[in-house]
Amino acid sequence: MSEGRWIRVTVVENIPPREGRAVLVGGQELALFNLGDRFLATDPNCPHQGGPLCDGIVTGTSVVCPLHAWKVDLESGEVTRPTHGRGHCVGTYATKVEDGVVSVQLPAERAKKEAA
Amino acid sequence: MKRLVVVGNGMAGMNCLEQILKHQPRFIVTVFGDETHVNYNRIMLSSVLAGEKAADDIVINGREWYEQHGIDLRVGVRIVDVDATAKTVTGNDGSVTPYDVLLLATGSNAFMPPIQGLDKDGVFAFRTLDDTRALIERSAPGRKAIVIGGGLLGLEAARGLQVQGCDVTVVHLMSTLMERQLDPDGGQYLLGKMEDLGVKVMLGRTTTAILGNGHVEGVALSDDGVLEADLVVVAAGIRPNVELAVKAGLAVNRGVLVNDYMETSSDDIFAVGECVEHRGVCYGLVAPLYDQAKVLAATMTGNKGPTYTGTVPAAKLKIMGVDVFSAGDWSEQNAEPVRFEDRALGIYKKLTVRDGKLAGVILVGDTGDSHRYMDWLRTDADISEQRRYLLFPPPSADAGGEVASMSDGATICGCIGVTKGTIIQAIHEKGVNTMSQLKECTRASTSCGSCTSLCQDLLRAVAPEFEDEVKKVICACLPFAEDKLRDILRSQRLKSVQEVLEIYGNGIGCEVCKPALSYMLDMLWCGDHDEDRSARFINDRVHANIQKDGTFSVIPRIRGGVTSPDELRRIADVADKYQVPMVKITGSQRIDLLGVKKADLPAVWADLGMPSGQAYTKGVRMVKTCVGTEFCRFGVQDSTNAGVEMERRFEQLFTPHKVKMATVGCPRNCAEATVKDIGLVGQENGWQVVVGGAAGKSVRKADLLITVETTEQALEASELFFQYYRENANYLERTYDFVERLGIEKVRKETVYAPEAVRHALLDRLTKSKSRATDAWLEGQTPKTATQFVPIRAMETVDA
Repeated sequence: MSEGRWIRVTVVENIPPREGRAVLVGGQELALFNLGDRFLATDPNCPHQGGPLCDGIVTGTSVVCPLHAWKVDLESGEVTRPTHGRGHCVGTYATKVEDGVVSVQLPAERAKKEAA
Repeated sequence: MKRLVVVGNGMAGMNCLEQILKHQPRFIVTVFGDETHVNYNRIMLSSVLAGEKAADDIVINGREWYEQHGIDLRVGVRIVDVDATAKTVTGNDGSVTPYDVLLLATGSNAFMPPIQGLDKDGVFAFRTLDDTRALIERSAPGRKAIVIGGGLLGLEAARGLQVQGCDVTVVHLMSTLMERQLDPDGGQYLLGKMEDLGVKVMLGRTTTAILGNGHVEGVALSDDGVLEADLVVVAAGIRPNVELAVKAGLAVNRGVLVNDYMETSSDDIFAVGECVEHRGVCYGLVAPLYDQAKVLAATMTGNKGPTYTGTVPAAKLKIMGVDVFSAGDWSEQNAEPVRFEDRALGIYKKLTVRDGKLAGVILVGDTGDSHRYMDWLRTDADISEQRRYLLFPPPSADAGGEVASMSDGATICGCIGVTKGTIIQAIHEKGVNTMSQLKECTRASTSCGSCTSLCQDLLRAVAPEFEDEVKKVICACLPFAEDKLRDILRSQRLKSVQEVLEIYGNGIGCEVCKPALSYMLDMLWCGDHDEDRSARFINDRVHANIQKDGTFSVIPRIRGGVTSPDELRRIADVADKYQVPMVKITGSQRIDLLGVKKADLPAVWADLGMPSGQAYTKGVRMVKTCVGTEFCRFGVQDSTNAGVEMERRFEQLFTPHKVKMATVGCPRNCAEATVKDIGLVGQENGWQVVVGGAAGKSVRKADLLITVETTEQALEASELFFQYYRENANYLERTYDFVERLGIEKVRKETVYAPEAVRHALLDRLTKSKSRATDAWLEGQTPKTATQFVPIRAMETVDA
């Protein structure tokens, strides 16, 4: 991960506390969440039927998909509910906030691929 | 096998037959009933008249019961003669039926006092299902109804007619109401309560004549007064129907005389129910009749032994909000009266004690202790030690309350005759855990329902896995029942979801409690709360309904389903411009644009130039209408404009669950108002306001809330119910579950029949909420945040 490249995405005010937004980073879409004390980023779609995770209700460090209420842990990317959904997961991305701007770290090879 | 002929298909006869079927030997059974219906629960006729129950709901034994037991049921045949020598009965259809054993369960007839003109059209008795149906048919808003007789039946009839919209006056011969069950003081308290309901009462007057030319136009009173009337109900008492018994040569006094084994003067003719006289008493209430039936069944089947020694007379008025109970001998002769009264609360209690035992009781305004008193009366208990706690039960350490202090032999359900012991047995032996299982198993609480709370208390105390659905907590994050939570939010003046979660919950919340809290705060503070979009479902963040592919559906408001060419053109243009994949007419008389991208929503709304239809939220959906008097040749009310106005008054508001409404211009019900959350059904002279209907996963016919004359009154009744539902339902509880949980009588009592101050307060809060509500689609032009609808593009480009 440390090999990845940091991309400045948006000012923190653009995502209200406990909400998520779809963000376009190059040609890639991510879901970016404001947990109040930090930001977390994941792949955009629920492993179940592709629901937009950014539109879910945030509960603690998880998000609940708006389509069928699958619960995804935003730190690990793992599905924690329902039981038969366990084992599925979404990709997660490191984030940081500097000078009021949220940055997301894209993996090196991915960043390269995006650029190509 | 012997041939048993039963004359009378009523409650006593059929209950006795049920008991007979439990014994040996068997009979070949024929039942004659002069009514055309199967066996039904006569004591619930007042509930049918009041619109609380349909005729089907009060059936005790349906046709399949008769078939199952091989009973030959002959309805609509009146037995007019008995030949006790030849052992035959003759019907009014000319049929002659032989019997070996004859059971007379002929009940009683309505007593018709000597009044001139009783044969006029518009004069009714209130005794049968047909009488009840005729009364419902004849009553309408504004019609003047006179009830002759201020006894139990007369008062229940009066209330029923009033719910049907009639202007009701009770004319009573005696100087106080229900004088057979109440002393003059008790009668005064009852009078006050009836007048509070809006029923007019004239005491100490005799009706001398029914006036009118062929049809009722009024009644003349003994004091020379004349009252206008469109219909008259005679409820002046009942007389045992002993005509056949006399023809059969039985010993008859006021009723057919029976001994303690329930034997008549004949060996092969028996009698049960209201037509018999036992130890000088003719009973007109259901509990004694069932006691008699049980004893008679044993006697008739060769199991003679059990005896009937009489029943303590007890009566309960079945008018919600007018609690009246009377039992035993409450005269003060040679007795010590014990009294409590509170005029402000409208509570009157009197007990009479004789020789250290309870002799009689009168309760008006608070009948909560009636079971305790009945228990004492039935068991003839020595109450010397209870003297300090006669009027109010001793403070109990046991949460079981009243039911805990009852003996196992005490009757919980007086209608069906189910004791506490029977219920406990059912709980232990049959694994009963819920109310519905209890009803199924013991039939307790299936008749008048007044013992429901006792049954529930008993289940709670005894059943190992009692399921009380009502008090469910919202979720683990916030472990409070919703009614409790509403109290907390109100008293602690909490206005934001996060604040509530931090103080009373786990500080985090989830997708279950956050939307529930968002609703509650908006409702409680009439829109003056701290709106937190993160606590709302996505639909309520972007005001559109999310679809399976993450796109949204857009349904503009088309009030009452009435649109215009101009509006339709704009909708078509929007569909073209944004390449909307599907345009669909919904079941709610609206148009749905499906497959719109989130980012396009604000532009779509702006181009439509129409307000949000709230099809995505737990809120006011639509009012479906028919064309009513505007175009329909059958319409009798302007349902279209009433519906449009109704939608205007309610739109933009949030509700515990979606609210779908409809208005129809006549009872043909083309817009299906009787299966909506709120429906207005137009009639010749007004509107029926119905609530709690459903046509979704389950289908439920709406209950009648009230019948009114004008559209404005109908809208106001709808507003009262609407706000009451907003304030008292649990989140995600549809009106049909809500109304069913509370019971329509409670809903009526706390809305349309609530004291004026209560009604005003409900309407005030609705007005306040409405004044703060806005069209959600205006946010398209002034978004909450810059990124409400559009995806964020990274400020830094990704390149090599």
